[in-house]
Amino acid sequence: MTTPVAAPPDDLTALIPRKTLRARPLFDRELTQRALKQSFVKLNPATLINNPVMFVVEVGAALITVYLARDAVRGAPGVGFEFQIALWLWFTVLFANFAEAMAEARGKAQADTLRKTKTDTLAKRVAADGTMERVPASQLRAGDVVLAEAGDTIPGDGEVMEGIATVDESVITGESAPVIRESGGDRSAVTGGTKVLSDAIKIRITSNPGETFLDRMIALVEGAERQKTPNEIALNILIAGMTLIFLLAVVTLQPFAVFAVHAAGTGAVPSVAVLAALLVCLIPTTIGGLLSAIGIAGMDRVMQHNVLAMSGKAVEASGDINTLLLDKTGTITLGDRQAVEFIPVEGVDPRELADAAQLASLADETPEGRSIVVLAKEKFQLRGREVSELEANFIPFSAYTRMSGVDLHERRLRKGATDAILKFVKEQGGSIPASLEEISERIARSGGTPLAVADGSRALGIIHLKDIVKGGMKERLAQLRAMGIRSVMITGDNPLTAAAIAQEAGVDDFLAQATPKDKLEYIRREQAEGRLVAMTGDGTNDAPALAQADVGVAMNTGTMAAKEAGNMVDLDSNPTKLIEVVAIGKQLLITRGALTTFSIMNDVSKYFAIIPAMFAATYPELSALNIMRLHSPQSAVLAAVIFNALIIIALVPLALRGVKYKPQSAAGMLRRNLWIYGLGGLIAPFPCIWMIDRILGLLHLA
Amino acid sequence: MTASGVFYVVIYFLVLLALTKPLGLYMANVFEGRRTFLTPVLRPLERLTYRACGVREDVEQRWTQYAASLIAFSLVGFLFVYAMQRLEGFLPLNPMGFGTAHAPANQTAMTPDLAFNTAVSFVTNTNWQAYGGETTLSYWVQMTALTVQNFVSAAAGIAVAIALVRGFARKQMRSIGNFWVDLTRGTLYVLLPLSFLLALFLCARGVPQTLAAYVKARTLEGRVQTIAVGPVASQEAPKLLGTNGGGFFNQNSAHPYENPTPLTNFVEILAILAIPAGLTYTFGKMVGDTRQGWTLFAAMSVLFFVGVFICTHAEQAGNPNLARLGVETRATAGQPGGNMEGKELRFGIPGSALFTVATTDASCGAVNSMLDSYTPLGGLIPMFNLQTDEVIFGGVGSGLYGILLYAILGVFIAGLMVGRTPEYLGKKIEQKEVKMAMIAVISTAFAILVFAAVTLDARFAAHGYWNPPGPAVANVQNGGPHGFSEVLYAFSSASENNGSAFAGLNANTPWYNLTLGLAMLLGRFLFMIPVLAIAGSLAAKKKIPETSGTLPTHGALFAGLLVGVVLVVGALTFFPALSLGPIVEYLLMLKGKLYSSLILTAWS
Repeated sequence: MTTPVAAPPDDLTALIPRKTLRARPLFDRELTQRALKQSFVKLNPATLINNPVMFVVEVGAALITVYLARDAVRGAPGVGFEFQIALWLWFTVLFANFAEAMAEARGKAQADTLRKTKTDTLAKRVAADGTMERVPASQLRAGDVVLAEAGDTIPGDGEVMEGIATVDESVITGESAPVIRESGGDRSAVTGGTKVLSDAIKIRITSNPGETFLDRMIALVEGAERQKTPNEIALNILIAGMTLIFLLAVVTLQPFAVFAVHAAGTGAVPSVAVLAALLVCLIPTTIGGLLSAIGIAGMDRVMQHNVLAMSGKAVEASGDINTLLLDKTGTITLGDRQAVEFIPVEGVDPRELADAAQLASLADETPEGRSIVVLAKEKFQLRGREVSELEANFIPFSAYTRMSGVDLHERRLRKGATDAILKFVKEQGGSIPASLEEISERIARSGGTPLAVADGSRALGIIHLKDIVKGGMKERLAQLRAMGIRSVMITGDNPLTAAAIAQEAGVDDFLAQATPKDKLEYIRREQAEGRLVAMTGDGTNDAPALAQADVGVAMNTGTMAAKEAGNMVDLDSNPTKLIEVVAIGKQLLITRGALTTFSIMNDVSKYFAIIPAMFAATYPELSALNIMRLHSPQSAVLAAVIFNALIIIALVPLALRGVKYKPQSAAGMLRRNLWIYGLGGLIAPFPCIWMIDRILGLLHLA
Repeated sequence: MTASGVFYVVIYFLVLLALTKPLGLYMANVFEGRRTFLTPVLRPLERLTYRACGVREDVEQRWTQYAASLIAFSLVGFLFVYAMQRLEGFLPLNPMGFGTAHAPANQTAMTPDLAFNTAVSFVTNTNWQAYGGETTLSYWVQMTALTVQNFVSAAAGIAVAIALVRGFARKQMRSIGNFWVDLTRGTLYVLLPLSFLLALFLCARGVPQTLAAYVKARTLEGRVQTIAVGPVASQEAPKLLGTNGGGFFNQNSAHPYENPTPLTNFVEILAILAIPAGLTYTFGKMVGDTRQGWTLFAAMSVLFFVGVFICTHAEQAGNPNLARLGVETRATAGQPGGNMEGKELRFGIPGSALFTVATTDASCGAVNSMLDSYTPLGGLIPMFNLQTDEVIFGGVGSGLYGILLYAILGVFIAGLMVGRTPEYLGKKIEQKEVKMAMIAVISTAFAILVFAAVTLDARFAAHGYWNPPGPAVANVQNGGPHGFSEVLYAFSSASENNGSAFAGLNANTPWYNLTLGLAMLLGRFLFMIPVLAIAGSLAAKKKIPETSGTLPTHGALFAGLLVGVVLVVGALTFFPALSLGPIVEYLLMLKGKLYSSLILTAWS
């Protein structure tokens, strides 16, 4: 049996169009310049205080600068060293600011692009009495009715009340192919700023000025409404707490040193510059400097997939998803069913069945109909005949008869639901072959759709229509399972059909003959057991479930109600993308954890650099701890501070891109990341600090 | 380390391991209100207690009520102990007449600051002793004030741990148990029977239990020697089982009447860690997955062995400067070798080092040898054990909730690396848990570092009010890093509610009594209250079902992670301070530079 469809790509990511509009190189020139400027603006302590770690660094830098000025005036020795420490502490703050500004710049640039499209147009407002007046779009209120004709820019968000039109939504989606918008149903929402290409529609405006989808989108990509996510806040508390601990350790070190100097009778108490340097090296500046950049970049990555996340919280929650509700059609299976086999009843030649089926389908432009024609051609070399050559009378499908076909001279060829064909055959005075219903049932049980074919009073057999599971879907779902995510298929099919497809696709569970209410209840049940649920939806009747789900991705083609209920909008309306969103959420969390671990483990090496240097004069024996053999106490302290600053810049690409993420079990992932970021964080600084120390020596800087 | 030393530790560990499951299972039954073999005997007593105190055992408390009950109970205990000490002269069972006109000449005066310090010390399960028991306190005070606190302060610790475990075990509940019920059950079913058995055993091995006056003996020289006795066994048993550590005598478990034989020594070390080890199993049992408990046990065991082996090795290696002088420091058939200074001959190096490590792994603080005389690395281990919040089995209850706080922090950081917001035992670790865990960790670090720093920097008038006897700076008796260690150790011991002393420090001054007392209060209550807040927060949460995407919190990987978190957090916080104490002292010793004499007198 051959399948009359092209093999789908193995990698499902290939199914997701990446929008060139949004993708920019990581260090785009324009963005970098913008970020450099912002790095200095962000030095303002009033804003920096939101980042306690960096605030402490700034205070330290300012303090040393004051000491530096005092010592320079007095002409005290060691000014050069103090100057270098101050300089690198300022750099530390600037580098962290740069990371954040870099992440923000991408969003700001996109917002600017969007803003350019937002010109104030004149709307054709239709008054209650039917008269039309031209008013600026900015004066439209929710409830107003406007007319949009070919060439007009739709003045605001709304629902189509009347008519059908093709609309260019590339402003929002970056997709140049026009889409159809019509009144009623799930394609009725239009977005302000998009353009009508043909025909005319009457629109009821649903949003007030400043609250339109475009406004919200600009605010979102710009990060204007960015709030710290729960996990980000918790992590901030942790690193602020660690900062406090290190503050205690360093501040008390001063009196300890006084005691030690007195006890040893030699040496000097470490200077404020050295103590501040130690403090800055110990507090988790790496993660403190990169934390907000990681969050912004995570949202940006979602955006690069053309998904608009309404909050960072939603992106974070997507990493936690336990249950993924996937619509069968279009997500798990290709959108349409395909004919895969002709099964005749006894005494009928398969070729005859195929021929009749092809004739009955010639005028059927549905994908199912076309697939029948193709299958007949492939199996029996039956050429699709020219419809016009035949003096045929085509019978279109109707919901009433539930069959379609063709009247060809005396022949009355029909195809349709098995019971409908049975009824037709009986009406024509024919008898029913015993095997027809049996075949039909067998196909239904296997998850297929049986389509019976009759030639007048003769029932010929059954066409087996099948849902085709998307290529690679099974592997993808297995990966999800390995990550601990259950996939649930939602379908309107009967349980029998659903079970068969569920098994073929490898989903963990399915919800057959699902009504919106069933979906909502399923989500509630899962949540009651402590699971987090993600789903996609587009219809108005999906809205309650989208609102209930922890992550609800609304399709951009869907209704305004659905878009408002969900916490993400997929501008491409590709339901498979939910899986990518989950991966991005996980990647975001992993990046945070990895850099926190790395940052903390780094401290060990800095102790080995700074502690022996601090007490070199008091307790020369402590040089046994100078395992890197740094050449002088000053160079040791400087090398540690420089490493501490440079590592922030070095990790900016990682923070913006996210750490490499490979779906696997939690235990495997933890082991891998602990090796890389835990052990790596412990070891990596040693050679780096050693190298910086050598360079400082060569340059005679310390 | 000698072969017999290794053998000693291994045997000890195996016995501890064997005790863990039965004891843990028994405690789980007790705290979940199930019937045990002691129920027929103790249940009437339990009911009587509730009736007498007006406790309704079926009414549960929210974490705030639980914490308020704990504080109220501790406050009443504090006032009672303070009053008993100050009034001892007017109270019965005082054959030696302490606090009266006919007290012995060597009596330590029970000043308000000393009474404050001691009352705080026993109520917080610290049992730091700025006094010598046999020269300060009457039998009445020892029995009604101190021994009672030996039971109930320990039971309060267990109660808080059990409340936290309930937080993990429960789903969407507001209450975390009833403090009064947990306190009563911990005392009646756990501490009382075990203490009874241990006290009988100690009596059998020669520990006194009497209300008679001290014995006057005539020595061979014809002089009169006063031999202190008293109700020792009944205080000794809960001292160890409840990880209290407050000895009847000043010499604590080094005293032959507290710890007469190698066998009692072994049993005493076992008594220190038995309940804490058992609680790991109780935890696993109560959260419905005993692997979780064994994982904590495994992490603790790794840290235990590392500590014991380093400490014993350092003590057995002794001081290289002595070897350089031609003194035999290796163990031979005739002598133990190593550093025997400050150690009892009947315990030897393994019996002393194991005791020291166990007592600081736990928040016990009983000692059978003088820590001030340990080698620098031998002394580093107990100090580091304190500074990592005593989570290696730990104090009764406090060890479990301490390691669970570390687990929460570990899960929070590492858990992110599996791509989910962190969860432990199905409970999401969020802002509140992280905040509370950080408060607990910071409060002990604060108490240790800040009080030590102020003490080292404060310059008192010599022989003034704050520091009546001795030198003006910090009152230490050794110079150099060793003197520094003495102060750092004192505040570590107080803040972590351990109570052992490095010694070499005259701590019975108003300054030390006040600051050490405050350190004990901070270390106890600013740790326990956050723990209860976490318990309340966790209990209210949903329990997320475990999947392959969940961070596994059992098994070697997580045990290793936990060990790493304990070591890294401890090391990062205290490395600078330790490098000026035991670490540099060790490096100096290798270079032949020793500090023994007092060199600080000139500084005032």
